[in-house]
Amino acid sequence: MSTLISAARSSTPEIAQAAPRRTVHAGHAIYAEALVRHFGGLRAVDEVGLAIPAGEIYGFLGPNGAGKSTTVRMLCTLLAPTGGRALVAGYDVATQPGQVRLRIGVALQDAALDPKQTGTELLRLQGRLYGLSSRELARRMAELGELIELGDALGRPIGTYSGGMKRRLDLAAALVHNPEIVFLDEPTTGLDPASRIRVWSEIRRLNQQLGMTIFLTTQYLEEADELAHRVGIIDQGRIVAEGTPAELKRSVGSDVIVARLDGDAARVRPVLEAVPGVRSVEAHGSELVITTGDGAAAISGVAVALAGSAVAVRDLTLRTPTLDDVFLELTGTHIERKNTQQEDPS
Amino acid sequence: MTAVTDTIAPVACGEEIRARPAGFGHDLAAIAGRALRAVPRDPAAVIPPVFIALFFFIVNIATLKKLTGHHPGFSYTAFEMATAILLGVTGISRAPSLVLDVQTHYLDRLLLTPVRRTAILIGHMTADVAVAAALTAPILVLGAILGVRFEAGPLGVAAFVLLASLWSLAFAGFGYAIALKTGNPAAVNSTFLLFFPFLFLTSSYLPRSQLSGWLSTVTGFNPVTYLLGGLRSLVLGTTWQWGQLGQALVAIAIVGLISMTMCFAALRGRVKRSSEA
Repeated sequence: MSTLISAARSSTPEIAQAAPRRTVHAGHAIYAEALVRHFGGLRAVDEVGLAIPAGEIYGFLGPNGAGKSTTVRMLCTLLAPTGGRALVAGYDVATQPGQVRLRIGVALQDAALDPKQTGTELLRLQGRLYGLSSRELARRMAELGELIELGDALGRPIGTYSGGMKRRLDLAAALVHNPEIVFLDEPTTGLDPASRIRVWSEIRRLNQQLGMTIFLTTQYLEEADELAHRVGIIDQGRIVAEGTPAELKRSVGSDVIVARLDGDAARVRPVLEAVPGVRSVEAHGSELVITTGDGAAAISGVAVALAGSAVAVRDLTLRTPTLDDVFLELTGTHIERKNTQQEDPS
Repeated sequence: MTAVTDTIAPVACGEEIRARPAGFGHDLAAIAGRALRAVPRDPAAVIPPVFIALFFFIVNIATLKKLTGHHPGFSYTAFEMATAILLGVTGISRAPSLVLDVQTHYLDRLLLTPVRRTAILIGHMTADVAVAAALTAPILVLGAILGVRFEAGPLGVAAFVLLASLWSLAFAGFGYAIALKTGNPAAVNSTFLLFFPFLFLTSSYLPRSQLSGWLSTVTGFNPVTYLLGGLRSLVLGTTWQWGQLGQALVAIAIVGLISMTMCFAALRGRVKRSSEA
């Protein structure tokens, strides 16, 4: 695990084409040292360290309850850290929260909107609270109107919006003051696939065209894979791995063979470990995850070994590694499985 | 700590738009404007108090006027209008909408902006004063139709509305304290119950001289007694009764001091809770 983290930190991520935006601390838009947050006896965030360069999309990946939202709420000044320190845009979140708030935009996990205001009223109020002049506000309203494509709906009470429309309006509210750093806490949770792809496209545009640094929490593996220059995987309040998606997946192996069996997978594990080309075999219930340098060459040997065992094979799949394989290797369980088992305390 | 900052070249698109602190007055106006825009969308918050005030104004006059009608120079209609005004404006506040802001996390969105925390509360209260002043209008109109006259003219009307609005603000502090402390709409809606002892243990329906025994004693400790005295001095007196107006202002100040202390403490608690919960 520590190897993964150090390997990731030494890598050079592909970051925004546009110049990264403005104020940073020693080259980092977001920097945290040993950040800790307790809730009673629960250590929700446990010594989290972050060093995110300006202009990067950083994906913070983990199951429900891993500490993602708690970390975001500390970084955006809504939650006081119990320990450690964090700098955002060069300012300390605990001692200089006002300076931080001027430089960040935040879309929280639950769209934080007033159902009785219209979309236009909400965006105007946001702009006024950030000190924008009428001229700036008019320009920003026009830009954001195009961005979120709500059209005439902006004149309707927010209570009449669909979930997707609320998400888009929430995103616009986070961007109204043209922030340097944007925190997006699970921005696509609950969205249909088409809306999700539209949000992804917008996140890329914000980063590439406007140079915004984006801190994105997600429980969706493909989202982190698609969007993030670097990914931090958090589990039980601790960052267990960090790196570019490619680096993280490479750490698992070149290819992955997954076998689902009728029965205890651990019983056939020794047989498979002896198959030529197989690097590692992990058994999780009735599932076997086999990593190999060359999946095409190894799969026939794996199939023969399984056929010779006393366990029936339900399916056998060859694929390239995913971030879920990384999560599985590090934590011993699938991220989706954890999501069904846990509730986020924050 | 002092932040070490480097400046990196800005991008062309939208580069001149930058967030900056808007200033307390600007924050206040923005929050009050939002609260006022919400009033016509929430008629249930303002129509019942006015209806109740008008209803009891008419019913009380019909019930009690004959008992007091034989005193020369005394108008029970003018006497009762002060009570009706208090019924109309007491408990008028946007505190329930603040509870909704807590529940929808919109308060978090406000707290993420550079807005001064006190401006959130004072902005709502500013709107409350405006609403309370507006709600006195139908009662004053009914009073005028029934023959109530202000000897001090328009200035007397303005003083009457001002006293009623300030009282509304002082009492609204309790609603905000409960809203911020509990985040519970039912608890906020029951704030009006706090007014019942204030309303009934005083000279709401009969002059203080007509009360007897323990009620007369308790009335002396009730700030509403002095508020009613100040309001009535404007419609029953023939000149400005500075002593009574002064007592009314002191009574409002005492209640306001208690309620504002409670609600600003609740605000500090809510913001702290938001950063610790």
